[in-house]
Formats: sequence, C-alpha cells, structure tokens
Amino acid sequence: MTAQQHTFDVVIVGAGGAGLRAALEASRRARTAVITKLYPTRSHTGAAQGGMCAALANVEEDNWEWHTFDTIKGGDYLVDQDAAEIMCREAIEAVYDLEHMGMPFNRTGDGRIDQRRFGGHTHHHGAGAVRRSCFAADRTGHMILQTLFQQNVKQGTVFFDEFYVLDLLLAGDRAAGVVAYELATGELHVFRAKSVVFCTGGYGKMFKITSNAHALTGDGPGVCYRRGVPMEDMEFFQFHPTGLYRLGVLLSEAARGEGGILRNADGEAFMERYAPTIKDLAPRDMVSRAIYSEIREGRGAGPDGDYVYLDVSHLDPGVIDAKLPDITEFARTYLGVEPKKEGVPIQPTAHYAMGGIPTDVDARVVADAANTVIGGLYAAGECACVSVHGANRLGTNSLLDIVVFGKRAGINAAEHAAGVGHVELPEDPAGAVTRMLEGLAGHAEGERAAAIRGDLQVSMDEKAGVYRTETLLKEMEVELASLRERYARVWVQDTSRGYNTDLLEAVELGFLLDLAETLVVSARTRTESRGGHFREDHPARDDKNWLKHSLARRTDSGVRLDYKPVTMTRYEPMERKY
Amino acid sequence: MQVTLRVRRFNPETEAESRIEAYDVPAEPMDRVLDLLHWVKWNVDGSLTFRRSCAHGVCGSDAMLINGANRLACKVLVRELGDQITVEPLRGLPVNKDLVVDMEPFFASYREVLPYLVNDDPAPDTERRQSQKERARFDDTTKCILCAACTTSCPVFWADEEYFGPAAIVNAHRFIFDSRDQGAAQRLTVLNDKEGVWRCRTTFNCTDACPRGIKVTQAIQEVKRALLFRKV
Repeated sequence: MTAQQHTFDVVIVGAGGAGLRAALEASRRARTAVITKLYPTRSHTGAAQGGMCAALANVEEDNWEWHTFDTIKGGDYLVDQDAAEIMCREAIEAVYDLEHMGMPFNRTGDGRIDQRRFGGHTHHHGAGAVRRSCFAADRTGHMILQTLFQQNVKQGTVFFDEFYVLDLLLAGDRAAGVVAYELATGELHVFRAKSVVFCTGGYGKMFKITSNAHALTGDGPGVCYRRGVPMEDMEFFQFHPTGLYRLGVLLSEAARGEGGILRNADGEAFMERYAPTIKDLAPRDMVSRAIYSEIREGRGAGPDGDYVYLDVSHLDPGVIDAKLPDITEFARTYLGVEPKKEGVPIQPTAHYAMGGIPTDVDARVVADAANTVIGGLYAAGECACVSVHGANRLGTNSLLDIVVFGKRAGINAAEHAAGVGHVELPEDPAGAVTRMLEGLAGHAEGERAAAIRGDLQVSMDEKAGVYRTETLLKEMEVELASLRERYARVWVQDTSRGYNTDLLEAVELGFLLDLAETLVVSARTRTESRGGHFREDHPARDDKNWLKHSLARRTDSGVRLDYKPVTMTRYEPMERKY
Repeated sequence: MQVTLRVRRFNPETEAESRIEAYDVPAEPMDRVLDLLHWVKWNVDGSLTFRRSCAHGVCGSDAMLINGANRLACKVLVRELGDQITVEPLRGLPVNKDLVVDMEPFFASYREVLPYLVNDDPAPDTERRQSQKERARFDDTTKCILCAACTTSCPVFWADEEYFGPAAIVNAHRFIFDSRDQGAAQRLTVLNDKEGVWRCRTTFNCTDACPRGIKVTQAIQEVKRALLFRKV
C-alpha cells in the first residue's frame, strides 16, 4: 500500500475542545494540520453539559485558590498540585477568552457571566457549596465546541476530516509524524511533522453502561502505548452517578447543582447520610458508591431494584426549561419519563478517564518516572494525564482542562516546531499500519469485532467498575487474554476500500483491549482505595504506600508497572469528608 | 417485537444503482433506530455503513431519512414508528455509501455566512456585558448541531444545491442577533445574494425536521426582515 505524503510543522490529532483550542494557537504560529476521525463538531466535547468552573466571583465570593484546593481534595490527593494551581488560576482568563470568541454564556441580571453550584466545588476549603460553574444552559460543551470550531473556520485552520490516526512515528527520542487512514478512500497518509499533539479524548467504550460516544475508543493513547509511551494512572476511571437507566446517557450534575435530589425506592434523600454537609453535591466517586450501596442494601427502585431516582420535580418548571432543557428531554425521549412530575431512573455510568498519556504542565509527553520529555510530542484533554484530576475529576474541570491545556499544547507545539527541523522518517513509515490492517482484514470468516467488544464491555462493567476486588480483577485479566485470542482471529466482513467502518471498528477494538489491560493490571496492583478506584478488599486510602502515580508500560511479557511521585506544593493529604 | 427494517443500500465500488434491502430485526419499543442499524451491522452484514457517534442526539452524525422524514437515528424510537421502518440517506447530497452522504457542500454553505463572532474592538479585561434579554434573543439558534436534517428536507435545496439552505441561515441568525457581534451588515449582504434567504418558500419542512426543536423557519423570516429594514 503506497501512502500519500504530507509535511506540516504541527499535526494535531483530534478536534474536540482540546484539539480545536490547540489548533487556534498553533495555526496562527506554524503550518498546522488537524487530523480528526469525526467531523470536528461531532466530537464528544459537545455532549458536556453542566459548565466550566472558574473563580470569577461574579455572584458570590470566590477565589482560584479555593478552586485549587477543591480540585486536589476532589482528586483524593493524587493531583499534581502545581498543575492544579495552573489550571485553576488560568481558568479565569480561559473563560474570558471563550466569551470574547463569542461563547454564549448564561448571564446575571447585570449582564455578567452567570455561575452555578457544582459537585465538590466549595468556598472556604469545604465550608459549603459555591457558585463557580460558568454555563450555557445544559449544553455548555456544545457551545464551547461550536465556538472553538467557529473560530477555527474564521482562522482558516486546515482540517483532515474523517482521517483515523493509526500510528505515531518516532525517530529516536523525538516525534517525527503520524500515519493516518482516510475513511473515504481507505488510503494511508504519512504526515511528517515537527510537533505532534494528541487530543483524542477518552476510552469509555471499554464499558457497557457509559456516557461515552461510540467514537471514544482510546485511539490516541493506544497508538502512543504501542510505541512505548507509558500510560499514567489508568486504574482511575470515573463513574458518573447519574446516567439514564440502562442507556448510560449523561444527566448532568447541573440537575443537582440547581437543586435536584437523589432518592431511593423509599423516596429518601439518601445522600444526607453519606455527605452531611454538601449532600447531593458530593464528588462523583462518593455519590456513585452511595448509589450502589443503596441498591445492594435493597433500597434500589424498579422491578430489579437496580436504580435510584434523580428528582427535579420540586424545581420551578421555568428553571427546568431555562437551565436544564436538554437533560429533561433525554428523560422524556429515551425513558418516557416526565421529570417535572416524577423521578428519573438513573444508575452510575462510565464517564471519564482520569488516566492517559503522561504529560508535564506544558503538555509535553513524558516517557518515564523521571519525566524525560519526548521531543515534539504533546497531549491534552481527556487522553492526557497532567495530572489535574488525580483519582477523581471534579465536575466541570474537564471543560476547563481542555481549554487551558489545549491552549498550552498549541502554543508549545508551535514554538517547539519553530526551533527545530524535521527529523528523518523511519524506513517504510506506513509499514506497521499496512501490516495491521492486512492482518485484521485477512480472515474470510470468524467472529465479528462487535461480539468480542460486547463481551469486553459486559465483563469490564462487572469486574472493573465501581467496586473492585483482587478476585474480580484477576478474572478480568484472564478474560482479557481470551478476548485477545479471539481478536487475533477477528472477521471483518466488509471488503470495500471506501468507508469501511467495519474494518475501523476492528482497529478500535484493538486499542480498547490494550487500554483495558493497562486499567485492569494497574487496578489489581493498587491495593488501596482512592477516588474512582475502590477496592472492597482494601477499602482505605493508603498514603504511606500508594500516594504515587502508576505508569503502565507495554512489554513482550505483558504490562509492566512503574511509579512516580505526586507533585505536592502546599496541600497536605487529609481525610476526604464532605 | 419484530421490525422489518428496509435500508437503501449503495456501494459505488460494486453497484451502479442503489437498492432497498430488508432485514428482520428483533426490537423493543424503546430501541432507537440506531440500535436496529447496529444490530444489522453487528449481526448480519458488517458492510452496512452509516455515521454515528454520541447516540443521544447531540453530535449530529446520524441524520437520515426515516419513514419519509429527516430524523436522527439515535433520537427516534421504534415505538414512534411501528414495525415497518425504512431508512434512506439524506436527500440532496451525493451518496458516498449506504447512508453516508457527502457533507462538504453543506459545510461549504455554512462557511460562506461568516459563522463566527465578528467584533474588532479590543476585548475588555473581563467579559463583554450582555443582558439576559440580549442573550435570549439568539438562544434558539445556538442549539444547532449541524446535522443537515433541515437543509436536506428543503425542496428549494433539492432543486438548487447552490441555495445556502436553512442550516447556514440559522448559523448566520445566531450571530446577526448577538448584541456583541458587528458583522451583521456583511452577513446580510451574503444572504441577500440570489442563492440567499429570498429563495426560502416558507414550507416549514426545516422546522419539522430539526431534532433540536429550533424554529428554523422563524429564524429565516427574522433574517429576511432584518434585510428589508437593515435593522436587527
């Protein structure tokens, strides 16, 4: 297969919030291409609902230091504190930047950006909930994605839409480019670049009940992992408390920020027992565990007793229509439930990867525990691990993360490119991708990727979800080995050259299997509970042994784990109570 | 229940013409049409090709012609359609394969209308002030997800693919009526073009088709009025 050749200074992979924010910076400084497997406006940033926190103090007293504290505490002290400080300080400018670009934030009576409460965000270091989230109804992510896309249209950014990046090219310790597969034609393209920025989002599709889009298969982290980049903190995956029952579609925490209450089958507002101070606005990991505790103890609702209710029926109908229109429509459309009159059946849903490609605060990808930088390689957003979210991300901090670190990635990638030349591409740069695709397409019969993926998802929900044990995780490791064997014989039925999504689904499954393995091995090894990682056989946090980031590296004999310290500045770990 | 799902299939690598293929699909009333398409792709024919991503009506990937109306496959349920369901690609755009159409003409029209905030004044240190009333003025058209359901339901667009179409006008409206924007005159000049708003025949197909409930026809009328009176 011969590949088309392209040369750019900066190549950005992915066009969600992080990629588009990076592109705005990079494309005004350097010759930049954005390569994206979806049309940019299809990216999952658009599904984010509740808001973006920044201590503007528009409606009540607030400051970015409190925001930093909340982020670190919410992340159960696995957050790199220097990175959290940067994010929370730069949040304020990031919100104003978006507003200046045209972002239609909701407004206060005096025309400023309105703010609302959100889980885990407090004033005076946990004294009570604070109104910090800047929002546009319950479609804040949609508006950020549209705004950033609009600005890229204005700037004439070069996009390669529906191109799948399937390999990272390295020359020694530097990035040299990427290899992409063009969906429309099935052709391969080699992009030579001085800087490569991964902004490919999450990988929630390794779970069955998930808020994540079908496209979220971890291609960026998967590509990097196969080229020797370790994956940081993969055991930390966030299960959002309020997914639509059975579907996993997200119902924003904004519902609780506006006064919504979780109730069990008896109608009891059970969060009062788990987090007496901030109740329903406790961080997501705690609320998800509380929901499962209610279900396990027999207080779940429904014929199978396997869900609880999100109740907004007591809110002013006008507030619901003005501030929560989309999520109430989801309940109507998909469950046939009228939220103005009755509770909405919900269950926790796999939502967000705290872990990913390890980077420093300048979005530079690092190769090891000593933070050795890989020249010209950058990552930002959910696919990256800075780490600003630690063991559990606070609501709204993902939209913040993508704009703050997306911007840093774009600037730094362009500045790096200005100071260096292109490096030589390796021999036969598209060879590895060609062999992978031929291997996947080479079976005339067998099992479909969908069947293997379906089994992966069901098992990951059962064995690597909200509650984990040594036994379950070991079972999952064995199962992954068998899924991998099945995958080696996967059948791609579609033999077309163009628009072969059958082939791409098989490719994507390969990334999911790789990343699931890093998650499970990292989770089995971490014998403590922290944030989103809860071990029933080790229910306490263990700072003495485990206040450290994991790094999972691919070897011929499986996943090898390494660890690096958490960067501490001024916040001493303390017990996490709300 | 059992649904007969008819899908208009077309593979340009092997066929000269499209054809309808029928599948018997096990389904629940609460299943999305997207679930049925996935069932076929994942159990019967892996070559069935369509776009999708979020699966809950916010990314705009899977607009299709479903039982004669433009809908998002992930936002229309079996219980609304019954056991006979026909899915075809959007009209008015070239078909690349099965339900996948070429979106480039659609995005080209979008780019024409300056779909971004125009304001060359130096930005203040904090936000530009905007009253709640000013913000509400363009709220409806900020909901657009660029799925093309409206544009490809428009008879004028079917007859003349040069017509900007409703979605581009909706995105122009979103900025023309934003109090922070200064590009209205420029945008209105573009829309006053022979392929601009005056081609609209007010058939309301676009409003019916919009999965986000945007009052598309009303937005187009407001742009026409702004052109007549050069005042927003």
